[in-house]
Amino acid sequence: MFNKILNINSSVTLPRSEFDTLLASLHELGYLTVGPRAQDESIVYAKIEKLDDLPLGYTSEQGPASFRLMAGRHNRYFDAIPGAQSWKQFLFPPRTHIFSADKLERWTIQPNQKQQPRYALIGVRACELASIEIQDRAFLRTDFRDPIYRARREQLFILAVNCLHPAGTCFCVSMETGPKVRGGYDLCLTELDDVFMIEIGSELGRDVLSRCQYEPASGFVQSAVEKGLERAVGEMGRALQLDDLPSLLTDNLELKHWDTVAKRCLSCGNCTQVCPTCFCWDVSDHTDLLAQKTSRERVWDSCFNPQYSYVFGGATRPNIRSRYRQWLTHKLGAWKEQYDTFGCTGCGRCITWCPEGIDLTEEIAALREEIKT
Amino acid sequence: MIAMASNIAPHHAGHEDCLLQPDWAEVVKIVPEAEGVSTFWLKFTDPKIQERYHFAPGQFNMLYLPGYGEAAISMSSDPEAPDRLLGHTIRHVGNVTKGIARLKAGGVVGIRGPFGSSWPLDAVEGKDIVVACGGIGLPPLRPLIYHIMHNRSKFGKVTLLYGARTPKDLLYQNEYEIWKQADIDVNVTVDRGDDTWSGRVGVVPMWFYNLRVDPQKTAVMTCGPEIMIRFVIYEGLARRVPAERIFVSLERNMKCGQGSCGHCQIGPYFVCKDGPVFPFSALEKFFNVEEY
Repeated sequence: MFNKILNINSSVTLPRSEFDTLLASLHELGYLTVGPRAQDESIVYAKIEKLDDLPLGYTSEQGPASFRLMAGRHNRYFDAIPGAQSWKQFLFPPRTHIFSADKLERWTIQPNQKQQPRYALIGVRACELASIEIQDRAFLRTDFRDPIYRARREQLFILAVNCLHPAGTCFCVSMETGPKVRGGYDLCLTELDDVFMIEIGSELGRDVLSRCQYEPASGFVQSAVEKGLERAVGEMGRALQLDDLPSLLTDNLELKHWDTVAKRCLSCGNCTQVCPTCFCWDVSDHTDLLAQKTSRERVWDSCFNPQYSYVFGGATRPNIRSRYRQWLTHKLGAWKEQYDTFGCTGCGRCITWCPEGIDLTEEIAALREEIKT
Repeated sequence: MIAMASNIAPHHAGHEDCLLQPDWAEVVKIVPEAEGVSTFWLKFTDPKIQERYHFAPGQFNMLYLPGYGEAAISMSSDPEAPDRLLGHTIRHVGNVTKGIARLKAGGVVGIRGPFGSSWPLDAVEGKDIVVACGGIGLPPLRPLIYHIMHNRSKFGKVTLLYGARTPKDLLYQNEYEIWKQADIDVNVTVDRGDDTWSGRVGVVPMWFYNLRVDPQKTAVMTCGPEIMIRFVIYEGLARRVPAERIFVSLERNMKCGQGSCGHCQIGPYFVCKDGPVFPFSALEKFFNVEEY
């Protein structure tokens, strides 16, 4: 037997049969394990208990306004590129109770004391890990820390996954976020045909892994992973040229192409709801008829919502043209100045789930073309 | 990113563990100012909070009415007033502000704040000041007027240009004389006069046009309807007042006050956190872009 001391950054191979032990040790530590599942003809992120809950053999074929789940394509668990859902829902829930207020002698506030769930995310791709890090910058600033996000983020366990078979709407290579996971994980898994290779990213990851039966990763396995990742780089469905961003957008707010794309955009907000980095939220009161009790809730909002920019006298952005422009110039423009990163990881969800199939990589190219001519 | 508000600390660390949790304040008195506009004078029910709360001219609070929601309201009172009451001059036009209008003295509202950047006080010392505002744009500038009155010798010529739709809409009418006595050139104008009106008629930028300013030593502070702001800026720039010394307070939809919810964005800025007061030089690039 080899020396069982595991080091951070070292790699081991884990037989598939041992994956349930890994999940069980997470459960023992009090984690709720969530991961990809084939459900409703899509891939969703939901509670998983065992390896068999994962979408074995599934592939997702993705294109503009198109997502098709195909079964029985291979013998791998982590190969289906995800659907509309992202991990965002676990850190920044779509609907959260913030506090209740009761009119007793005076108004009295009861903050939501519920313990925030302790999630272990199973199967976080490089682009998705990048998007969590982007949201960290929005929710965990030095001058403001979102208490809900923070409580969930601090106790998060991340099992990342190297992405070997990107989908048609993927462009993580352009955004420099993937397909290889670059850190920020507890464990990072790469799935070969009959075995998992696992890299250790943290003390916690090491502790979880130490409860499993593993073998040191051989040079052969490691080079197979590297080759797989190199191949994935060449299989990107799309590309986005970044060198003239963000000024291409922020200096060109009055191009004709904004009108062209506005004719296609339905302002449905799908792109913002599926986007793993979009962070906008709204808040509303739900009160009883006697106005003696009220509950304050936070919900996801979208810059495509006409009410989003409402001030007395009307919306600041009453037209779809200005709303689409706001979205795109924020994602790939102003975001950079706000958070020193783009608000896009190249995951392609906004392309796949746009009912009109609007593709931001094409829109950027069209804007660039108009400037040239 | 402009760092204008960095010297202003929030009155306390906030409720770190609970998002949007306000502190309660009692309505001490309500002063009607004009039709549909009144000033709510508030005092925190917790004396410790009342003691440590400080704001700078131009900042705002989020006022919360349970069951209705929150509204962003600028403080309109003197930050250094001995009674330390917080004046909020409110135009009752929305859900929340109409709900607040139904409160009586003794009623309770929640306060979060103060938020945002303030009118630059130190940076414009020694300068002539033009305060140009319209309608409900005067209340966020009134704390600045108080500051100037307390420190009158630190400023040069001070001119107030204030416009309202009709004479009945003019706010703080019994204070103009006091301001004049503090050597502030108070110029009031209305869009439409009535039988009683013998003053000026016309819009604020028009009266700015008649003003002779020394661009080398003038600073402009403006707040009001966006169209008025645009023309005030235009007039200021046309007189070669540098864009860095024209200060604008912007209005946007605000929900959190902490640069988190996203609603108030304009370009790279969150108006609630980086604004509401901006030097025009920070906005120049996109201020005239429609619907941006």
